[in-house]
Amino acid sequence: MEQFASLIAASINAGTPLLLAALGLLINERAGVLNLGAEGMMLVAAIAGFAVGYTTHSPLLGFLAGALSGVLMAALFSWLALVLATNQVATGLALSIFGAGLSAFIGQRFVGLALPSQTLAIPLLKDIPFIGQALFQQHWMSYLALLLCAAIGWFIYRTRAGLVLRAVGESPESAHALGYPVRWIRFAALLFGGACCGLAGAYLSLVYTPMWVEGLVSGRGWIALALTAFATWRPARVLLGALLFGGVTILQFYLQGMGVTVPSQILSMLPYVATIVVLALISRNPDWIRLNMPASLGKPFKPDAS
Amino acid sequence: MRNLWPWKLELRGTPSRAMTYLSPVLAVVLTMLLGALLFIALGKDPLAGLKVFLIDPFNGKRAISELLLKSIPLILCGLGLAVCFRANVWNIGAEGQFTVGAMCAGAALVLIDVPGHAIPGGLGLFLMIIAGILGGAVWASITALLRDRFNANEILVSLMLTYVAQLLLMYAVNGPLKDPNGMNFPQSKVFSSEFMLPALLGGTRLHVGFAVTLVLAAVMTVFVTRSLRGFSLFVGGSAPHAARYAGFSSRSALWTSLLVSGGFAGLAGAFEIAGPIGQLLPSVSPGYGFAAIIVAFIGRLHPVGAVLGGLVMSLLYLGGELAQSRLGLPSAITGVFQGMLLFLLLASDTLIDYRLRRKARV
Repeated sequence: MEQFASLIAASINAGTPLLLAALGLLINERAGVLNLGAEGMMLVAAIAGFAVGYTTHSPLLGFLAGALSGVLMAALFSWLALVLATNQVATGLALSIFGAGLSAFIGQRFVGLALPSQTLAIPLLKDIPFIGQALFQQHWMSYLALLLCAAIGWFIYRTRAGLVLRAVGESPESAHALGYPVRWIRFAALLFGGACCGLAGAYLSLVYTPMWVEGLVSGRGWIALALTAFATWRPARVLLGALLFGGVTILQFYLQGMGVTVPSQILSMLPYVATIVVLALISRNPDWIRLNMPASLGKPFKPDAS
Repeated sequence: MRNLWPWKLELRGTPSRAMTYLSPVLAVVLTMLLGALLFIALGKDPLAGLKVFLIDPFNGKRAISELLLKSIPLILCGLGLAVCFRANVWNIGAEGQFTVGAMCAGAALVLIDVPGHAIPGGLGLFLMIIAGILGGAVWASITALLRDRFNANEILVSLMLTYVAQLLLMYAVNGPLKDPNGMNFPQSKVFSSEFMLPALLGGTRLHVGFAVTLVLAAVMTVFVTRSLRGFSLFVGGSAPHAARYAGFSSRSALWTSLLVSGGFAGLAGAFEIAGPIGQLLPSVSPGYGFAAIIVAFIGRLHPVGAVLGGLVMSLLYLGGELAQSRLGLPSAITGVFQGMLLFLLLASDTLIDYRLRRKARV
């Protein structure tokens, strides 16, 4: 029983960065922009967060630095994809390649350093048997990510601004004709996505690992991108998917601990193989994806040349 | 406020053919200028920095042969990716296909290269290269299959498979292919020289794989520009409806481009094993498969362009290594330059459809 509770707790810990990043990407994609640079944004944010957190001894400042670096990376993407209307797939790949190089470049002198691990146990609630251990001994960022998930669900479905955002993603031409500033809205959505990916990256280097090695994010940016498609662009399903993938990530350690005789490298493939399998299952019915996908996803919008 | 940027982009009547070819040149020049600024920001002499990147890799026979050597995997992967991108198949898993190709080639050689069992070196080498090509093609075919049968996004699948491939390689060099006399290092034994690719240029590491690469580039040029198959691939990718009307199948475009691309990446992996490395290592690729994405774009998705793009990218790799030894900079500067280059290329490509015009003063 206790082991099960700690499995849940560990899944939440592993799922938090996926949730944060996927929520940001969901907002991007609801606005019709496909940003394949998530991995690069998270890498840069991970080293920026770690560098600031390590030198100032303040995890909060580390998270702020992570979010800020994510925003800067997203701004770079926005300039190319929105102003110059470049191919979003190629531009996103460029951002990921650039982020991988830049983070390794900056991070070289931080390799091998470590931060103390940190969790926030909520008073009283943490003492509830089972549930306390499973749910209420997390880092504060995990609770924040949950709140963010609820807030985004409310924003998208219940507010006027959310309606406009969805309209921009479905039909930028109509939104433009109605007088909405399509590119500014996409710009705002991208910066928000960058901030979320930044927090996710900073979580990895400040809380989850907590240290810096080259390529620390190891594909979680791409898994987050896949998550938005699994979730058919709905926040509640993103939460479910993130926890599930957090669980798969953790499972490998548990299987190893239980004495399963599969080599560790094979177990480490679990999250990636799971992503492929779920992606194949969910994409099998093309209508399912196409019905829910924002109609203009990935298509540049050029109101006029300016 | 409006006059801070006195230029505006004006749509051209027709896309500029000249800019199509000038934009990669512009991107390379701008990358070097930004690089110089980066050197200044790092407190290094920008001229010395640029010399390391632009001049030193051409300094003498040895340097040039190293430049050509490093361009082999980049050109090969770039050739394959160019075909994929032409067919609008976003295979970005060349890194994984390269890794599996190298691993299969290495496995073949571990099986063949047994003392006392005399297999002729040429035959062994041939089998090893075939294993590499098959390995890469099989790895790419997983992506093709999942895309074809399940409509799964090829970008994400090919990328996830890259992570799986790296873990497979880690498993192989820690397990079945590990050198029993290797002091527990995760690597295979060093292969006998009779199974290695012969040198192309005496006294250098440049091997005959470079000549093979150039021949393949020529073959691909004929394939994409002169053959009906190459044409149908392109139409199938860019205009699926038109392609169906013409009887070209986008399905076969998917399979052809992925198999070709995987095979080329696998061959590149085998060449690395049978060429400069000579054993199976976990670090068989310093990101060649990802850099090849840039190679394909810089090369305008044309095989001849891929050769030029591969040479440019090879220059960046060598420049990065030299910057590490001569200027004390982290070698990761290569990745920074690669990313900048692709950004600047995408930005410069805007000038194909638009021209810069001075705004009329109000």
